[in-house]
Amino acid sequence: MSAAAPLLSVRDLRVGFVTEGGLLQAVDRVSFDLRPGEVLAIVGESGSGKSVTAQTIIGLTRSKNSRIEGSVNLGGEELLEADDTAMRRLRGEKIGMVFQDPMTSFNPVYRIGNQIVEAIRAHQGGVDKATARQRVVELFESVGIPNAAQRVNAYPHEFSGGMRQRAMIAMALALEPEVLIADEPTTALDVTIQAQILRLLEDLNRQRGLATILITHDLGVVAEVADRVLVMYAGRVVEEGTLDEIFYDPQHPYTWGLMGSLTRIDRPRPHRLPQIAGSPPSLLDLPEGCPFRARCPHEFSKCPELPGLEARLPEVPDHRDRCWLTPEQKREKRQVEGQIGLEAPAEVRRA
Amino acid sequence: MLRFIARRLVGMAFVLFIVSILVFLIFNVIPNSPPAQRLAGKNARPFLVKSIEKEWGFDQSLPEQYVTMMKKVFNGELIQYSPRVPVDDRIKEGIPATLSLSIGAGIIWLFFGLLLGYISAIKAGGWLDRTITGLAVAGISIPVFLLAPVLIYFLTFKLEIFPNGGYVGWTEDPWEWLKHLILPWFTLAVLSIGFYSRVLRSNMLDVMNEDYVRTARAKGLSERQVMTRHVLRNSLIPIITLFGLDFGATIAGTAIITEVLYNIDGIGFYAAESINKLELPPIMGITLYGAFFVVFVNALVDIAYAYLDPRVRLGASASQ
Amino acid sequence: MAIDPQPEATVPAGGPGAALPAEPEGGSAGYGPWRLALRRFLRNRVAVAFLILFALIVLFVLAAPLWADHVAHTGPNETHTLQKLHVGDEVREVVTPEGKPIGPQLFAADGKFFLGADSRLGRDEMVRLMYGGRTSLFIGVVSGLITTILAVVLGLLAGYYRGWVDSVISRALDVLWSLPVLLFGIAIGTSLALGGVTIGPIHIEGGSIWVPILIISIFYTPYVARPIRGEVLSLGEKEFVEAAIAQGAGPLRVMFGEILPNLASTIIVFFALNIANNMLFEAALSFLGAGVQPPNSSWGTMISVGEELLTTQPLLAIIPGLMIMLTVLSLNIVGDGLRDALDPRSKIRFEAHTGTAEPEGAAV
Repeated sequence: MSAAAPLLSVRDLRVGFVTEGGLLQAVDRVSFDLRPGEVLAIVGESGSGKSVTAQTIIGLTRSKNSRIEGSVNLGGEELLEADDTAMRRLRGEKIGMVFQDPMTSFNPVYRIGNQIVEAIRAHQGGVDKATARQRVVELFESVGIPNAAQRVNAYPHEFSGGMRQRAMIAMALALEPEVLIADEPTTALDVTIQAQILRLLEDLNRQRGLATILITHDLGVVAEVADRVLVMYAGRVVEEGTLDEIFYDPQHPYTWGLMGSLTRIDRPRPHRLPQIAGSPPSLLDLPEGCPFRARCPHEFSKCPELPGLEARLPEVPDHRDRCWLTPEQKREKRQVEGQIGLEAPAEVRRA
Repeated sequence: MLRFIARRLVGMAFVLFIVSILVFLIFNVIPNSPPAQRLAGKNARPFLVKSIEKEWGFDQSLPEQYVTMMKKVFNGELIQYSPRVPVDDRIKEGIPATLSLSIGAGIIWLFFGLLLGYISAIKAGGWLDRTITGLAVAGISIPVFLLAPVLIYFLTFKLEIFPNGGYVGWTEDPWEWLKHLILPWFTLAVLSIGFYSRVLRSNMLDVMNEDYVRTARAKGLSERQVMTRHVLRNSLIPIITLFGLDFGATIAGTAIITEVLYNIDGIGFYAAESINKLELPPIMGITLYGAFFVVFVNALVDIAYAYLDPRVRLGASASQ
Repeated sequence: MAIDPQPEATVPAGGPGAALPAEPEGGSAGYGPWRLALRRFLRNRVAVAFLILFALIVLFVLAAPLWADHVAHTGPNETHTLQKLHVGDEVREVVTPEGKPIGPQLFAADGKFFLGADSRLGRDEMVRLMYGGRTSLFIGVVSGLITTILAVVLGLLAGYYRGWVDSVISRALDVLWSLPVLLFGIAIGTSLALGGVTIGPIHIEGGSIWVPILIISIFYTPYVARPIRGEVLSLGEKEFVEAAIAQGAGPLRVMFGEILPNLASTIIVFFALNIANNMLFEAALSFLGAGVQPPNSSWGTMISVGEELLTTQPLLAIIPGLMIMLTVLSLNIVGDGLRDALDPRSKIRFEAHTGTAEPEGAAV
């Protein structure tokens, strides 16, 4: 990736929620940059803080129960300090958002077209309904909804899941934002439809140069479209790097686990599908040190201390992870654990 | 939509039939005493009882008795025996008063119930919400037979602001009509105001957690637009159903007590008077008409609901 | 509770209630759900205060015979029309020649006619209030019990067997639910007033309080049975029910041994709210003369008697009305408090919605 100036820059973002049981630290010191035209994937199990991160960027987690710190900078504007009116203007106009479940993300009582018209007119009051409507038809065509002129008059339940997600994307694009955040955009869809939606996102990214944050728990999705990958666990980034780095030389045992749960057709099937044992810790009561250590098969004496997010491979400064093991140990253990990564020759990986 | 209406109307006809059977059972079959004796009323003379027995065919089989009863009701031949007055006439005379009372109360409770519920929901957790919620619980716990005596005693006898009960026709004198109805309206409405504000509040808080509300925010709508166009609009659909049901139930029931307390000469007043004289024919008529009215309103409400919720209207999930 | 890292909790979180807080005491382990509920309830000061109020009301009406025998020296239905009352040196008429009953004496006559006399019959209002309260509460509680039993049995049958059993029961409940309750109550009340009713071996006299009890408990059954049926339907799909069936448990064992205990919190909440509604219904029926029959008193009949003297003795109508309100209010608040304590999720939904996004983390 070239070092173009980042469009969106998140620094030390912390999001906590006050609950009866204490402060729930959903996101802890997350930092990343999103450059124009780039697809950044944020990967993790549910509860890892990836959706909260995304929703915080557009100010949807603001409430009297939430504690938000750090910095979110979009084109020079500090979003965490922006007032509600400024945030409102920015939603949709600068940042479009696509949600996981297209079934429930449209209001069932309004026609889909009108819901998008509503979005357009909320920002551009001067646009009359007919013009806005015409724009929706064009948008529908551009995201591949057939019979666009008729379909704008349909109600959400008259759309199939895949069509609804296309309409959702059309809505996110309606005001030509610079950034698109797609929060698990394919999770609720059938596998074949998933591929179509991913292709659509990829095309949009290519044609419009749309910077995209793709949030998912599915590394298969990541492999298809992402440029860079951020792996999150228990509210923290545990590994980040380019797609190739993460796939061919994953450094964090949690990432290995995620990869292990991928079935791959280019490998002999393991006799037992590997999976990560146990479940993530409670965010109200995180253990000292590395949050993954309770589930990690490679825990050792250093783990009770929290490792920093650092580049541990001297040749690859933008590949960072939070694990105390040395790169050699990692390579060795990874091979034993499940034949993950490493098959690509080192030259490919560094190319 | 047409198929939905047709299906709903068939269902309605079935319920109406069941209702008429129930009324028949209640008056003619279940009780332990001779039905003619009961219909004739307190202290009826033996020859009246005899003639009623013949008139109603109490010596015939039950299905025949049922047919006789239904014929009498629908031909307007239902008669109260002391004094001998057709029941239908009395009911017709009572309709304007009962409707004035119920419709006015309905408008008041809907307006204040929704207003308070909306404020309570958008300020949820704050002091205003807590005050309204507290008032609402008190409201649903105040029986009309406490509220009416208190209001009448203080506002009518002590302060003499309002007239002492009774009903003045709308056409006779609109101002008097209004003055006579204000207290009864509020008496009848208070319970429902409390109830509706609670229901709207909890509906809205549920809807606020829906994904499409998050979508509405994410596309940059202002908070007020989100609240009115998405949260309120979707929360109102179940309220409309509820209102239909309650309005039917008010006319055919709850209004009775208010009419008695304020001496409003409506259908409920007539029912109460008949209870005290133990006259069954009017009660039979009022029960049957009232139940028919309620069942009919329920069917209308379902159709209105289908109209408001496209998922039902377009048959996606008619059964929900 | 939901904070425990349970394997089954890996369902996608983020829905309502995902941020279900743990008990502030930290360790919810070691306490049963009932104890936790009790603790939550006790922390709700308002609900506890109104529970105490309700207990005081119950004590008040239970003390009726004591007050009647030792303080008022009269029964609830004894008339004192022509009697005189010695208040200190003064002699007062219980009922004036114009028919005006004596007002509240408090302790001026050693507690006799504490609240005055009820009407031209000159009955002791306080004694009637206590005995009337017994009737009202008795009808409320007994109808509540009958409603609950009917509703649980119907709900279990409909929800467990599904199919035609469910259709028949649900249809019947729907019809019952759509009837105007008060009108039918009046209809039954008046048509039974003369001869009563015989159901199999049970005979109920016309003036018996079992007539209103019967009416109330039947008409309120759908309000409880429908939610219970819904809950049984969803419980029927849970693993523990399937496991019980797989182990060869019969339908009765499954319904009463496995499902019923899980309905307990719903039943408790509905029972409290049901009693409140029953008492209002009873008061309405009795006020109109189709419920409790004279000479017995209930708070509803007392209001209708007192209402006639509203201009001169307003308290005769207002005090029984106030008693109904306090009882109903305390039951409503206790019912709400029980619901919040037994089903904390509902409260979370009601109060912690302010954040538009729920943190995903908690339940995972």
